[in-house]
Amino acid sequence: MAKQSSIFNMIGPVMIGPSSSHTAGVVRIGRVAIRLLGVIPEQAVITFYNSFARTYEGHGSDRAILAGLMDFKTDDKRIKESLQLAKELPLHYIFKSVGNASTLHPNTIKLELKKNDKQIEVIGESLGGGVINIAEVDGFVTNFSASLHSLLIMAEDVKGSIAFIANVISNDQCNIANMSVSRKGKNKMACLAIEMDSGIKPTTLMYLKALHWVNEVIYVPDIDL
Amino acid sequence: MAFLFNSFLDWKAYSVAHSMELYDVVLEYEQDHKGQSAEEIMKGILRAYQVMCDAVKTGLNEEMKSRSGMINDGAKKVFQSPITVLSPEFQKLVARALAAKEVNSCMGRIVAAPTAGASGILPGTLVTLQEIHQLPDSVMVNALLLSAGIALIIQEKASLAGAVGGCQAETGSAAAMAAGAITFALGGTVDQQFNAVGITIQCMLGLVCDPVAGLVEVPCVVRNASAAAIANASAQMALAGLDPVIPVDQCVEAMGEIGQSMETRYKETALGGLAATRTGQEIAKKVLIQDIDILPDED
Ligand code: SF4
Repeated sequence: MAKQSSIFNMIGPVMIGPSSSHTAGVVRIGRVAIRLLGVIPEQAVITFYNSFARTYEGHGSDRAILAGLMDFKTDDKRIKESLQLAKELPLHYIFKSVGNASTLHPNTIKLELKKNDKQIEVIGESLGGGVINIAEVDGFVTNFSASLHSLLIMAEDVKGSIAFIANVISNDQCNIANMSVSRKGKNKMACLAIEMDSGIKPTTLMYLKALHWVNEVIYVPDIDL
Repeated sequence: MAFLFNSFLDWKAYSVAHSMELYDVVLEYEQDHKGQSAEEIMKGILRAYQVMCDAVKTGLNEEMKSRSGMINDGAKKVFQSPITVLSPEFQKLVARALAAKEVNSCMGRIVAAPTAGASGILPGTLVTLQEIHQLPDSVMVNALLLSAGIALIIQEKASLAGAVGGCQAETGSAAAMAAGAITFALGGTVDQQFNAVGITIQCMLGLVCDPVAGLVEVPCVVRNASAAAIANASAQMALAGLDPVIPVDQCVEAMGEIGQSMETRYKETALGGLAATRTGQEIAKKVLIQDIDILPDED
């Protein structure tokens, strides 16, 4: 059953044109990124790759990404004016184009976001129909769709840590729909990207954050709400 | 377990066996799928219909110029034209389908039905249908539920994406949804509704996806208008009892087969058809970003 689409994908989504992969998906990548940063950025370096590199202006993906970074939803009529609105905020932006990045998906965006001492680098892919994949966060392979409630946990790669975390989450009656682990660096840091069917309790989050071998916990609830 | 939308034949059989209307089967499916109540679903569909109506209005009243310059208030020109080719209703139908689609190209709010590229077809046909026949919103909601069922089956047996099945999958599917909806709203039988879908698909088979400069503008906008016209022609035929001979399920299968064998240059890549014409390429050069970094080869 889950395989077949909702009728609101047949009559919908309600969105800002021109295309779900160039506007809706791009807005959603921006919305995930600001949740990962924790705040609307002051500076954004936005790189469009491959197919996006040439078409982002014509398809309005430049406006869509800024709209997402300002937390507009995919059906917000202000998306069209987002270049101007970003200037007023101010959200300083630079656009770059890179072709032939053969290892990346055709519709890839890299975001380097900054505000005060916070910064983050996110690589997102727009897969079509507004569906996205957050491929990397700060160099960790994450691969989550943000269509559900997602959790990113950066932790020391100690033995049994993954099973422990999974256990904590299921004790909160959260069903884990997807989980991926990636490791990076000499000091063996691991990044867990977890997608859950339902939201997680604040106390569970606090507990995870308090674990001494956990460096960071970022919770991204359903971004379309 | 609710019905799974895999064929028109089964959809009809299920509705007969459970004494349900076709649109009720869709409603049941969505309740089962998303756990929403029937009221919530119908409210959501009505909201989508209102967005469609708004898009038509916006396209006819506000300035519609795309950044590439290819869209330039076409809907308004048709709406205000002193020359009426067939009837004022037909003129309005064409203008409205153009209007909603132009809103999409110009970054306005639309309903992707089933996709953003085809977002002018249901608004153009349904707004015109409601106006001519003075139908209540409740009928429009049921008609849209029915059209969602049609789309689910096409998605299952063929595709709704231009990048997978060519433009027949986008504007063709939207026209088929519209034709079924019109035939239902005007009291056609289940067989007539399905025939309208089959006839529409027969009319739209083989259409390639060849957008100039890769933008969803040319030929997408005019195709929304022609698809709206075909949907009405098909409903007219189906309601009169015309038999499309090839059953609707097999028409959809043919669409899938054609989509599969279509070359990639006709699947949204902007490498073939109108996109590859001299003018198409000149426009692409003008509107696409040329100043891009090219990475050195990795090996
Ligand atoms: S030509 Fe391609 S992009 Fe345009 S409406 Fe058809 S399928 Fe969509």
